[in-house]
Amino acid sequence: MEDLTDVYNELIMEHSMNSYNKKKLDNPDFEEIGHNPNCGDEITLEIKLNGNIIEDMAFSGHGCAISQASTSVMIDTLKGKTVEEAKEIIKTFIGMIKREIADEEELEKLEDAIAFKNVSNMPARVKCALLAWHTMEDIISKNETSGKGNINCCN
Amino acid sequence: MNIKNDFPILENGITYLDSGATTQKPIQVINAVEKYYKTINANPHRGAYSLSIEATEAYENTRTKIAKFINAKSREEIIFSKNATESLNLIAYSYGMENLKKDDEIVISIMEHHSNLVPWQKVAKATSSRLNYMYINDEFEIPDEEIEKKITDKTKIVGITHVSNVLGTINNIEKIIKYAHKKGSIVIVDGSQSIPHMKIDVQKLNADFFVFSGHKMFAPLGIGVLYGKKELLNQMTPFLMGGDMIEYVYEQETTFAPLPNKFEAGTQNVGGVIGLGSAIDYIENIGYDKIKEIEEEIVNYAVQELRKLDYLELYLTPNNKNHSGVISFNIKGVHPHDVASILDSEGVCVRSGNHCAQPLMRYLGIDSTCRASFYIYNTKEDVDKLVNSLNKAYDMFKKYIKQ
Repeated sequence: MEDLTDVYNELIMEHSMNSYNKKKLDNPDFEEIGHNPNCGDEITLEIKLNGNIIEDMAFSGHGCAISQASTSVMIDTLKGKTVEEAKEIIKTFIGMIKREIADEEELEKLEDAIAFKNVSNMPARVKCALLAWHTMEDIISKNETSGKGNINCCN
Repeated sequence: MNIKNDFPILENGITYLDSGATTQKPIQVINAVEKYYKTINANPHRGAYSLSIEATEAYENTRTKIAKFINAKSREEIIFSKNATESLNLIAYSYGMENLKKDDEIVISIMEHHSNLVPWQKVAKATSSRLNYMYINDEFEIPDEEIEKKITDKTKIVGITHVSNVLGTINNIEKIIKYAHKKGSIVIVDGSQSIPHMKIDVQKLNADFFVFSGHKMFAPLGIGVLYGKKELLNQMTPFLMGGDMIEYVYEQETTFAPLPNKFEAGTQNVGGVIGLGSAIDYIENIGYDKIKEIEEEIVNYAVQELRKLDYLELYLTPNNKNHSGVISFNIKGVHPHDVASILDSEGVCVRSGNHCAQPLMRYLGIDSTCRASFYIYNTKEDVDKLVNSLNKAYDMFKKYIKQ
């Protein structure tokens, strides 16, 4: 295996052990639990919207450094984006981890989340990196299919 | 004697510390399975031709070998299954569902593997009986008082693991079996983590059922054993229906074959059975005394060295004589998956997670642990590698760990 400091880099370590995004929001619009039953990682995502803009996000829960950091960095990346932009970024991140997207230019939209690229070389840890992103994907699609094609419909 | 040389997979120098999940296979077992498929493979109990008869003989001779190995009274008391999980499900369905009634009690321990826990939840719900737990003390052992408190006159089934797959605790099953019998309950022993390491005598133990998986004792994956007392097995209805477990089949009715075929529906894993027979030969050639001697030396050394690491939390009994070859631990403040990944990058294989024992994790107030489990091919050098790579993991994380 390659040097693990590529995976456990400064950004990931800081976000996993001391994340400022690990808190509770007042009156979140959406709340969803993501769970990896095999390893016990569990996170709760909270989202606050302003129109179609993701105004604020926070998480709580427990898990390994990769799942925790990935959640925190996702929040940094998606905050301030529209729901449409978020969907695109999530798709790109999942594509990167699954090694389906390698194009540097395309990956640029991931901002700091590009730091997780090397997790794609650790098959045992892919699901740790994807937990939060799949959970966010679920929130968006659930609210799209349950109503008027708009995340705002279920407030 | 260099035991490691018998294991081709260990030639690449990996430090394999996950024998509690599955053991590596010695060349003798691999050769026996290969020889079976190359020379005598056929469907046993079915053909009138000599190849099928040879396969039948190899299959049935292994049953006799296993009966002797665990000192069963008769060979019909040995039922082949897929693994310990299937054996336990067989007992849950064919004994539990049929014999329990409302307000009866099933007693298991908090350290049971999900395989000896989830089936009993199902039985308890279906029969309106109650599922009660024996809990552990600060030394990760079940105290005698707890046994006497939880097993009552209402208890009909006690399920207990001989050795915990998480804590390595060797349970006092002699005491549990005696006490349960006094109260009129039967006892099911999950021997998956004990039989690889210690001599089992089912008659001396007086266990009603004893189950184990072959793959944790050098045999191939996919072969397990159910031992049951003949009088109990005889009164039980079959678990799986199909070929080879019948006597006469009519359009609406069927009579069943006698033991052991009654519980072996469908074509069996003969290659696996042959492999298990060879694994037993391998264990007997080395001998349980020698196995114990090798393991004690390595496990004692591991405990001694791991106790020196003050950043480590260990989940094991301080009483050496009650501890087998499994050590669970955590680097305080670091998730076990991260530790396991870093150990993996150093060629050290440990398990991380909840070890199919979520209720135990919850009882201990933790999510998961790292687990190193040892077997006779491990050496002190493996322990040193484990310690070195743990130091490396701690070094990577220490400046980020929240105190």
